[in-house]
Amino acid sequence: MKLDKWIKSFVFIAALIGVGQARAGEVRVAVAANFTAAMKEIAAAFEKSSGHHVVLSFGERRPKALESAGTAVARSRFTYAVGKLVLWSPKPGVVDDKGEVLKHGKFARLAIANPRTAPYGAAARQVLEHLKLWDSLQPRIVRGESIAQTHQFVATDNAELGFVALSQVMKTGGGSSWIVPQALYTPIRQQAVLLVRGKDNTAAHALIAYLKSDAGAVVIKRFGYGTE
Amino acid sequence: MDGLDLQPVWLTIQLAVLTTSVLLVVGTPLAWWLAHTRSRFKVPLEAVTALPLVLPPTVLGFYLLILLGANGTLGAPWQALTGQPLAFSFAGLVVASCVYSLPFVVQPLQAAFEGLDRYAIEASWTLGASRSRSFLTVVLPQARRGLLTAIVLGFAHTMGEFGVVLMVGGNIPGRTQVVSIAIFEHVEAMDYAAAEQLSIGLLILSFAVLFVVYGVNRRWHAKAATA
Repeated sequence: MKLDKWIKSFVFIAALIGVGQARAGEVRVAVAANFTAAMKEIAAAFEKSSGHHVVLSFGERRPKALESAGTAVARSRFTYAVGKLVLWSPKPGVVDDKGEVLKHGKFARLAIANPRTAPYGAAARQVLEHLKLWDSLQPRIVRGESIAQTHQFVATDNAELGFVALSQVMKTGGGSSWIVPQALYTPIRQQAVLLVRGKDNTAAHALIAYLKSDAGAVVIKRFGYGTE
Repeated sequence: MDGLDLQPVWLTIQLAVLTTSVLLVVGTPLAWWLAHTRSRFKVPLEAVTALPLVLPPTVLGFYLLILLGANGTLGAPWQALTGQPLAFSFAGLVVASCVYSLPFVVQPLQAAFEGLDRYAIEASWTLGASRSRSFLTVVLPQARRGLLTAIVLGFAHTMGEFGVVLMVGGNIPGRTQVVSIAIFEHVEAMDYAAAEQLSIGLLILSFAVLFVVYGVNRRWHAKAATA
């Protein structure tokens, strides 16, 4: 599969599954690991305002695949958050705000997520290719199998710096970072779909509307994601 | 798919051979001591040796990541000595694998040493054999099945290692990308054909190793019975 196609079909909250219940409804949501914290907060606010009950489970499917397989309601797929890539070091003064450290820095290890399997990794590769550093940095690149693991490599000092998600850095805070300009990589769209099983579930529809609302966007942005 | 990359297979075999060798050198005295000591440290040390059996690879991997890091207990002196970081290196994988496979080598050896015929060993001493000579000529032949089990289990367990390497390896082709990681990456990238080819290769290789080893074991057993 092509890189940019990958990123576009990139998945995150995946399934909104309705469970038929009278009165206040219940909606089950499968959430990608990276969006867990934000989704917990959104779910709590949504429950308070709507009276519906949200059941979160953690695990991701590819919304586009679900849609083409007919498991998801056609045309229900939408982007709820756009992941932002950041070059980060837990130490202050290591990463400058233009990413010059990549060209001149004396670091032994640069951590990125695996470009073949992780969308943030594919984005990191695009950035390095853009900067014409992909080949020269090869001997110093270590690859995490997920963006969480990549963050772990840097957070434990095993790599001096790494390309991680802004949402991760906002959570831990501190250190030094460069928020990579969006022009250097294809947007990392995190998408959601409504599953066929939940198509008559009013609670599921209400949650989707909430995610798209301004109230939802405020939380999503605060956790370090963009919205479209 | 453009030609299957066999580098991970080679790397895995090298890792398994090296890890097993290191563990035999370190594990044999440890197993001997555990088999014969009356020290009050025996039980706690036995428990520590068995820990990698119980702990999930994620726990081992997490501690190893901290231990091997640039500021870690092992990582810092290593970096001072060699100028290279220990994490994400082949040497780091060997350290990790030794921890991970330790009980698989020590436990069969300990069991074998505990089952030794003490009288034969003492008889060899009375006949003037040195300790090392009696170890080589009396102890090892008696314990050879335990030794074989230790080698097979240590080797096999390292070949099949996944979680720990995933945590501390960094997936670097030619340096830390072992077969299990390469297969995982192919599956995640939905390249099922490559995943299947590597998997089948690993399956055949593992079977061949075990088949040869158990064949040898059976011949030894037959010999021992007729002797």
